[in-house]
Amino acid sequence: MPIYFLKRVLYVIPITLAVSFFCFSLVHLSPGDPMDAVVSPDAPSEVVAMVQRAYGFDRPLPEQYGRWVVRAVQGDLGLSAANGRAVTAEVFSALKNTLLLAFAASLIGFTLGCVFGTLAGYFQGSLLDRLVTGIAVGGVSVPHYWLGMLLVIIFSVELNWLPSSGAGPGSSSDWNFEWAYLRHLILPAVTLSVIPMGVVTRTIRAMVADILAHEFVEALRAKGMAERQVFRHVVKNVAPTALAVMGLQLGYLLGGSILVETVFSWPGTGLLLNNAIFQRDLPILQGTILVLALFFVMLNLIVDLAQARLDPRIQRG
Amino acid sequence: MVYNKSAQTWRWAAPAALSIGLAVLASSPAVQAEQTLRIAMTASDIPLTTGQPDSGFEGYRFVGYTIYDALINWDMSSADDISGLTPGLAESWEIDEDDQQVWYFHLREGVTFHDGSDWNADAAIWNLDKVYDEDSPQFDARQAGNVRGRIPSMDGYDKIDDYTISFTTSEPDAWFPYQLTFLLFSSPAQWEALDGDWDEFARQPSGTGPFRLTRLVPRERAVLEPFADYWDADRVPQVDRLELLPMPESSSRTSALLSGQVDWIESPAADAIARMESQGMVITSNPYPHTWPYQFSMLEGSPWRDINVRKAANLAVDREGLESLLGGMMVPAVGTVTPDHPWFGEPEFEISYDPDEARRLLAESGYGPDNPVEIKVLISTSGSGQMQPLAMNEYIQQTFTEVGIELEFEVLDWESLFPNWRRGADHETSLGAHATNITFGWLDPFAAFYRFMHSSMAPPNGFNWGYMDDPEYDRLLDEAKVTFDQDAQDALLAEFHARMVDDAAWLWVAHDVGPRAMNPRVQGFVQAQNWFQDLTPVYIEE
Repeated sequence: MPIYFLKRVLYVIPITLAVSFFCFSLVHLSPGDPMDAVVSPDAPSEVVAMVQRAYGFDRPLPEQYGRWVVRAVQGDLGLSAANGRAVTAEVFSALKNTLLLAFAASLIGFTLGCVFGTLAGYFQGSLLDRLVTGIAVGGVSVPHYWLGMLLVIIFSVELNWLPSSGAGPGSSSDWNFEWAYLRHLILPAVTLSVIPMGVVTRTIRAMVADILAHEFVEALRAKGMAERQVFRHVVKNVAPTALAVMGLQLGYLLGGSILVETVFSWPGTGLLLNNAIFQRDLPILQGTILVLALFFVMLNLIVDLAQARLDPRIQRG
Repeated sequence: MVYNKSAQTWRWAAPAALSIGLAVLASSPAVQAEQTLRIAMTASDIPLTTGQPDSGFEGYRFVGYTIYDALINWDMSSADDISGLTPGLAESWEIDEDDQQVWYFHLREGVTFHDGSDWNADAAIWNLDKVYDEDSPQFDARQAGNVRGRIPSMDGYDKIDDYTISFTTSEPDAWFPYQLTFLLFSSPAQWEALDGDWDEFARQPSGTGPFRLTRLVPRERAVLEPFADYWDADRVPQVDRLELLPMPESSSRTSALLSGQVDWIESPAADAIARMESQGMVITSNPYPHTWPYQFSMLEGSPWRDINVRKAANLAVDREGLESLLGGMMVPAVGTVTPDHPWFGEPEFEISYDPDEARRLLAESGYGPDNPVEIKVLISTSGSGQMQPLAMNEYIQQTFTEVGIELEFEVLDWESLFPNWRRGADHETSLGAHATNITFGWLDPFAAFYRFMHSSMAPPNGFNWGYMDDPEYDRLLDEAKVTFDQDAQDALLAEFHARMVDDAAWLWVAHDVGPRAMNPRVQGFVQAQNWFQDLTPVYIEE
């Protein structure tokens, strides 16, 4: 186990370096000049050159990359080209909001997904099953941004029950779990929860239906076991697959959603990326993509180590 | 059996739970403060608050002229005339009698910054060093980058006495006072108190303007409150609090207004205006110095080198149809400036919708529906002041087809199109286009004409994207630039503009009217004919 653990951790180093290289290169391959984010188009060429020097954009790309990596290792992702603020602080402040939204959406999506999937699986072929399956298919098919705008029109504009944008009456930095703030979370979280809800529903429905058809379930019932106890056995069999799917979905949600965060002006990594793309703010783009990519690398590492712990065959493989 | 029972329970439990939930939501009070004006901007972030804002003119509008003053301010008190200049931190100014390149500015006495320190010649020079002297400790590359291009004539500056400074321009320039409206003054004392940290200064700025910033949450919110000791008694803020929220998505802004989250939104989407009005919102608009044109390439091979094609294009656009497409939110353009402006002049070529004459002119040059002129134009999907570029360009494309002009679009995002402006029609990023569709403001003669039409402004020096090179244009502009008598200068500019229209030098399509949507409780707003607006008289009706 220690050797496997060490090997897996060591793999992270080249992966991280490769991720950082791709983040840097891809952003620089995209059209647009980072100076466009810093100086107004009226600026004469000597001013552009002066600002270029100040931001280090006049250096050769390999040198820029080297400096960026060295600083990134020390936790410094540079300064935003658009506003001059520290990228690290910007990204982590946005990441905190995205995590909040992702966990809220997961809570809604996974809870509904488990309930709907179990009901549909137990009542396979019934009207309830068709209804739930319809909701699940709708959930994975409906575009996020469309649903978001629809919810805003209904609950914000027409009914005036919930706010349409922002992360609270003050700002996300004041966030607390009071109603004044929570009401800002509801619409974006519901919008974001629809896809995981659909995916989890369909997975669990299929698993429950499959397990109910197994002979051991029939045997349990034949032995006179109460239906509640049979249900417990079914759940135990469904759980590993359901957890794997939910883990994957949680990973997607943690990556942030550009569309949902933009529609609701939710100050997370999705909105940060969206604005950075339109402003040609390369340092923010690089920093955000790097942090999110490393987030996935770390999640994968944790999953790999957890799997190895649960199933020793993986270590031997 | 057990499961059927559960299913029955679900039938009544779900609606009941939903009703309870909705009742709880409905009972929650809206979070609003009295006398707080909340504005949704189109910017995606709070513009730079250190003095020289970024985010274009929206930055100046909301965190520039609110927190700071210039030596010369814009007079935004009237909705009836195009805004003129008015004394700001300088009470008066004059040009040296013997040297037209030297200006003297007499500074206003008794003015203090928000931190209580004094405004004087030392503070003025310190601010000039902030953007011009790379060796000064307070030099800030970001602020320099934001402002230096807007003051092309600046060559030097000096302190004369405690309340007088002088400027030297690189050449005689009668338009220099307009340029100084972009130079805003930050407090040296506050910068020193914050250990010379401009990032910290951005969070705790200190200017001399009518509002002071009390809270800044990057990307989310800026809160401004009235500055009690503001020097101009006519511009005392009427609200207790001004909140600025960046909201680049127009649908988000519309929803925020309709749901009561904000009181005022910038640039409402044209297709949402009717709905907003039907829900009691107020739409304000007023023409301002803005033009939506096609700027032509005059390079070898460009179809626009033929005056018949240029005139035909101007006669082929149905501007009234376009106006109705935009819900009335435009004024048809028949020149760079509006016909009532002193610079319009008396052109002989009358621009109107006349497809027959357009066809005749094209036929004269050998073109027609069977042999159309093929033209490629750079357009954007959106952008500051671009109005609705896709819908408008498609409309023009359709009306052009009817006379024998075939338009092909190279659609770029705004952030790619804008920098191309200074690179020119022959640059690789122009993709071989024959025209570019970028809107602009014509607040002063340099911004209106000189930077586009003078041959010295060809890339990379200015925005003469199409390499216009006409000695007569150069002569008139050069002469106007050194004519310090306003009437004589206006006459020269009118002569220049009339010649430009007679040459059909550009395709002129529309002037924007700066629509804004507001809650009816917002009162006191006077929409000046300007890119900037005065927020001090605005109040919220109880």
